Amino acid sequence: MFDGFDAVVLARAQFAFTMSFHIVFPAFSIGLASYLAVLEALWLWSGREVFINLFNYWLKIFAIAFGMGVVSGVVMSYQFGTNWAAFSDKTGPVIGPLMAYEVLTAFFLEAGFLGVMLFGLKRVGPKLHFLATLMVAIGTLVSAFWILSANSWMQTPTGHTVNAAGQFITADWWKVIFNPSFPYRLVHMVLAAYLTTALVVGAVGAFHLLRDSKREGPRVMFSMAMWMAAIVAPIQIFAGDQHGLNTLEHQPVKVMAMEGHYQSHPDGAPLILFGLPDQTDATVKYAIQIPKLSSLILKHSLDAPLAGLDTVPRQDWPPVPITFWSFRIMVGLGFLMMGLGLFSLWLRWRGRLYDSRPLHYFAMAMGPAGFIAVLAGWITTETGRQPFTVYGLLRTADSVSPLAAPAVASSLIAFVIVYFLLFSAGIVYILRLMAEPPHHGEEGPRGDAPTRAAGITPASGTTAARGQGAA
Amino acid sequence: MTGLIDIPMIWAFIIAFAVFVYVVMDGFDLGLGMLFPLFPHKRDRDVMMNSVAPVWDGNETWLVLGGGGLFAAFPLAYAVLMPALYTPMIAMLIGLVFRGVAFEFRWRSQRERNRWDVAFAGGSLLAALAQGIALGAILQGVHVEGRAYAGGWWDWLTPFSVLTGIALVIGYALLGATWLVMKTTGDLREKAYHLSWWLLFAMLAAIGTVSLATPFLDVEYARRWFTWPNILFTAPVPIAVAAVTALLLRSLALRQDYRPFFLALALFALSYAGLGISMYPYIVPRSITIWQGAAPHNSQVFMLVGVAVLVPIILAYTAWAYWVFRGKVDPESGYH
Repeated sequence: MFDGFDAVVLARAQFAFTMSFHIVFPAFSIGLASYLAVLEALWLWSGREVFINLFNYWLKIFAIAFGMGVVSGVVMSYQFGTNWAAFSDKTGPVIGPLMAYEVLTAFFLEAGFLGVMLFGLKRVGPKLHFLATLMVAIGTLVSAFWILSANSWMQTPTGHTVNAAGQFITADWWKVIFNPSFPYRLVHMVLAAYLTTALVVGAVGAFHLLRDSKREGPRVMFSMAMWMAAIVAPIQIFAGDQHGLNTLEHQPVKVMAMEGHYQSHPDGAPLILFGLPDQTDATVKYAIQIPKLSSLILKHSLDAPLAGLDTVPRQDWPPVPITFWSFRIMVGLGFLMMGLGLFSLWLRWRGRLYDSRPLHYFAMAMGPAGFIAVLAGWITTETGRQPFTVYGLLRTADSVSPLAAPAVASSLIAFVIVYFLLFSAGIVYILRLMAEPPHHGEEGPRGDAPTRAAGITPASGTTAARGQGAA
Repeated sequence: MTGLIDIPMIWAFIIAFAVFVYVVMDGFDLGLGMLFPLFPHKRDRDVMMNSVAPVWDGNETWLVLGGGGLFAAFPLAYAVLMPALYTPMIAMLIGLVFRGVAFEFRWRSQRERNRWDVAFAGGSLLAALAQGIALGAILQGVHVEGRAYAGGWWDWLTPFSVLTGIALVIGYALLGATWLVMKTTGDLREKAYHLSWWLLFAMLAAIGTVSLATPFLDVEYARRWFTWPNILFTAPVPIAVAAVTALLLRSLALRQDYRPFFLALALFALSYAGLGISMYPYIVPRSITIWQGAAPHNSQVFMLVGVAVLVPIILAYTAWAYWVFRGKVDPESGYH
């Protein structure tokens, strides 16, 4: 009994760990792939050298981030079977095909065109190369479509029945794919990926503008990033709100955990801003709250009743403290992102976008905010649906593989060591690339290798860059 | 038994096809990684890595299709095999992580290049060995009770699985060496030629040993291969192996560029066909048949539509990517 419990906790820790590492790379590369496609399109359309320089600059970073995303993603695709065998047997007929479609429509598309995108500009010419970039960008979005559909089905399962062997089987594919929470989750996640990338690009731009506000590359990337933050952050807050209302409809217990509502409020629930949720006592200690505001936000009426966790059997409670706090971190960062966007708009209007040091420091500080918000949001949604893997239907404890705890523990330790070792090296390499400003005649991913002095840039200035590369 | 060609059977072929394409594509890729220690010069290593850099990611996607396809089309087999192969699977994944990151990392730091070369070679070796061990562990059968794996987490480790592990390492190394013969020039190519000879003999020994050991695992395997009238269908496999071997020896002697690689692949294809003959009709040998493990009909049909439309397209643009980077890697003028 106790052994079984340990293996569950370890398997969950392993999934959470490998997933947390994995999710930051796709979140970044979804946005970056689209950004690269935009940069290349602008280069083809305007012929301005700054765009191809920025393209090659970010392409090098993309190559590293994408590689780390691929290898950590291969791990995920086998993790279902190794650690969650019972879950795989039961849900395979429903979510397996969604993942198979992800592989067929997205992974192959990305991988097939990635080589040409990274190394092939000179071989295929600008137009075909742009097609390859576009395919990679589309591939990242298609991938998000399928994996979020699978995840959403686990949160809000519809369109299925159960067979004699206890497997979920599909009655209606349309209802499975477009399950109730999927459209909201997809929009929320893709916008999050775009914001994450915009904040990283903005931070790198700000870093170089602080040193020299006259450089063209940093100016262009900073301006583009700040437009994104100003436009997308408010849209994201609206989309997040809609997603929350959808959750209230289909997973009310998750919203109770996010709000910290242990008790029911028959005539208007308060909005708890901060506090320490205590799972054993079922109260939020030291709560700072605004009366009736939660009912206003969730039900659009001050006196609307809201049920609390006291209406739910205790064995079905999610871990409230984690859900509660990760939700606040995500929302807080979301408003800071909007603040950055609005601040930049005001300074842009005043003509001081490129030389306002407070703005640049603010943008730099917000560089990692997207990653943290994505992780916090993911933790909110995944802990909030506990203790189920398929919401309301399949318990987490009934989903694991029949494995001895030591097996899971040793693989967990191995993943922790390997991931920290390798991915911290990758992050250092990315930061090193970011520390250099984009140059005149910037080269692509292999431009720095001495044996490959011939750059891939057809634009003017390549000769000068070769000189630099050789120096 | 259901009719020979029905939907589960087609799916078994699709999974087998995906795994085989994976072996074809990532085999030389891993093999080349394992050969890294034998090519200590930076220039050689640059060329070797660049010969696969544009395509490695696509190569590994076939492994994801094999795993993902098994999950989707044969969830029961996936749920039984993955815990049974827990340690080799985790080892393979970690090996792939090491070698995968090395593709970009080794260009990012002069000082730490050697470290990433070790990661590339070690990761490739670990992944290949783990795959071979997993194969042996599947062939020898796993302990199943009800709908779940019921064995321990070291059951996979036997002399037979170690043998198949070593055999696959040798086979991948041969693919890697013949790939280098095809894609490189000069001293690097000479050395790869030389290695191909030795690796070919080693591989023949490995094929022989595994073939002799397999019938001893289970009488069913022996009956499958050696009884009348089965032998009419099984005998062509070893005969074809002998024929391909003769052609391969000849093409190495003639110092041909392209043929050794493709003939080495033919050896793999024949070994793989032999494997299929041994395993049929099981997807988990002697526990779960293709039909018992199959996902419900509508799941398999839903995906089959996608596979029928998409796999030809995938093969087309994959072929295009290989075409773009065709020919010898020239270390002087720069590859990319």
